[in-house]
Amino acid sequence: MAEENRAEQMLRLQQAIAEHAHEKGAVMVLLQAAQSIFGHVPQDVQQMIADATGASLSEVYGVATFYAQFSLEPGGEHEIGVCLGTACYVKGSQKLLDKLSELLAVAPGKTTADAKFTLKATRCLGACGLAPVLMVDDEVYGRLVPEDVPGILAKYLGQ
Amino acid sequence: MELITLTIDGVDVQVEPGATVLEAARQAGIHIPTLCYLKGKNEIGACRICCVDVGGRALQAACVLPVSPGMKVRTNTQAVRAARKLNLELLLSNHEKKCLSCVRSQNCELQRLCQELGVTDEVAFEGKRTDLPEDTLSPSVVRDPNKCILCRRCVAACANVQKIGVIGAVGRGFDTVVGPAWDKSLSEVACVNCGQCIVACPVGALREKSETDEVWKLLDDPEKVVIVQPAPAVRAALGEEFGLLMGTSVTGKMAAALRRLGFDKVFDTDFAADLTIMEEGTEFLARLQKGGPLPMITSCSPGWIKYCEHYYPDFIPNLSSCKSPHQMMGAILKSYYAEKNHIDPEKIAVVSVMPCTAKKYESKRPELVVDGLPDVDVVITTRELARMIKEAGIRFNELPDEDFDDMLGESTGAGVIFGATGGVMEAALRTVYEKVTGKSLDKVDFHQVRGVEGVKEATIRVGDTDVRVAVASGTGNAARLLDSIRAGEKQYHFVEVMGCPGGCVTGGGQPIVCADVLMDVDPRQVRAKALYAEDAGKAIRKSHENPSIQKLYADYLGAPNGERAHHLLHTTYQAKPKY
Repeated sequence: MAEENRAEQMLRLQQAIAEHAHEKGAVMVLLQAAQSIFGHVPQDVQQMIADATGASLSEVYGVATFYAQFSLEPGGEHEIGVCLGTACYVKGSQKLLDKLSELLAVAPGKTTADAKFTLKATRCLGACGLAPVLMVDDEVYGRLVPEDVPGILAKYLGQ
Repeated sequence: MELITLTIDGVDVQVEPGATVLEAARQAGIHIPTLCYLKGKNEIGACRICCVDVGGRALQAACVLPVSPGMKVRTNTQAVRAARKLNLELLLSNHEKKCLSCVRSQNCELQRLCQELGVTDEVAFEGKRTDLPEDTLSPSVVRDPNKCILCRRCVAACANVQKIGVIGAVGRGFDTVVGPAWDKSLSEVACVNCGQCIVACPVGALREKSETDEVWKLLDDPEKVVIVQPAPAVRAALGEEFGLLMGTSVTGKMAAALRRLGFDKVFDTDFAADLTIMEEGTEFLARLQKGGPLPMITSCSPGWIKYCEHYYPDFIPNLSSCKSPHQMMGAILKSYYAEKNHIDPEKIAVVSVMPCTAKKYESKRPELVVDGLPDVDVVITTRELARMIKEAGIRFNELPDEDFDDMLGESTGAGVIFGATGGVMEAALRTVYEKVTGKSLDKVDFHQVRGVEGVKEATIRVGDTDVRVAVASGTGNAARLLDSIRAGEKQYHFVEVMGCPGGCVTGGGQPIVCADVLMDVDPRQVRAKALYAEDAGKAIRKSHENPSIQKLYADYLGAPNGERAHHLLHTTYQAKPKY
């Protein structure tokens, strides 16, 4: 199953390469495509992008490590993004992040050992009226205090 | 095109449109300090040391600021001086300031700027510091990220000039590191060890893997017969390390210094260059008669060889099977020379002094071992030799001119020009022409293949054949040439490739010329001139007329490309992965 998935993903990447490889700025576009297809940009994928665009692997890797939107490692099943924008930060979002870090035993930017969650600190999510805010996948949780965190996690652990 | 007039520090300057303020100032004799700038290679305005006042709200980086008509530039105001100094102090806050033990001390652009711009407190700002391990695994290049100032000059040399790109900026903000992708060592990526990153580095963040300790150990070992051989290009640049003018040839003083360091024999790689011509010329004629594979491509440059193996493996059959000259010399020393002088070859240690960091890697290649013994035991660069001479307390400039030792120190003008791009081709043509036609060349100078152009071409009439030749220096130029051959656009019989732009005279092991000097002087030309002058001054200028070469074949090797020559002097190559 996983193998089949990988083959399918590669096919989609090949299509993106065929479509964009010769455009200006193709490295960025193809990395974005790869990130959305694979959920991260592994080494072999970066090599394919380098070969297709004529950029060096260093250049591709440089772009991939410069922008926060790219991840070098596979993410967890769920992505938790804690907003550290000004409004949320003032309202104590750092404490939410610390609590999550403690409960999940993982540093921001990393994935839990069971691959269930990836914890991220994000820039402003644009929901300042609900500050402090965190998102799990596409779901927004607002006006939080650290004591709310275990309940939110439980929803996803129960699945 | 109409010139643009602007004013710099009250002086009217007229320049071509498109020129930068830095270039215009230079033309007017006004010095603007730079750090990340490397003429024609890295012009990115990153370090802001070259900032100037053009009347706007903020100071501008002169290296990337195009001139405009009527522009009024001030390079020496209180605000400009303060900004430059501040930028420098901020750079220093994350620079490992171990200047006393740094190989670049006294030849460091950061250090010099601190003196020139009046930095009085090297810890004006204290804060977080990069603390990463050195990468010492490559046989040629050591990378110390804690000394890196992120100027990206090495990245430009590797990616833009050499078209290799195994190093780049990784990460963002304070965490930015210049290095290979995926935290790998330079030894784990398709680096060709050319060392062009080292000579581009303004500080001590990149340096050669020093092997002077190994040489001292050998010199102290009474059991060993330690034989040294310097490459052609070394003599054209070594003097710069002792304050002599660029382009000063120091052949005699170099031989004297090597003798005083305690080497048992001081031979010359120039001799082996002549030997290479005998083997390579013969191989070329055989390929020409048998129809291929052509073009035959020279194999003297180990940076080029590794580049070919990684990036153009389909050209491996085109590579000459000849070892590079210093490896040939090593093989001869441990066979012919050992036998003739009744020395156990295991007791012979061969030290090569090379303008090259890739030669360090080359000498460790498993293909370059004959009968269980490596041809060459240790390779040091021109810079390392200079350090040894200083450490030994030898006053280089006061040394008398001495000769190399007999027989394997005898060379022709053809051998010495190996150090410049086009030199191997010219040397080969001198011999090939005479072998084919049986006639003596009236004029031995082939000006068509001289000069610093990245790719040169010529057609030479040799007997009944028009021999089409091409010469490329720098792997980026080589790539361009190979692409045109591969596409069928160009056809040649014989191609010379050197891994470094300009050839060995500007190799990665040569004295480092600071970016400021490079704005006005081209070491490729100035150093090559010294070699061509040596060639012109030699009584014998064709390799096949070298009496010691003739004796070596008569006494020992037999015929060029013969069985014994093949065993000792030829090698093989292997395709290598790109990633």
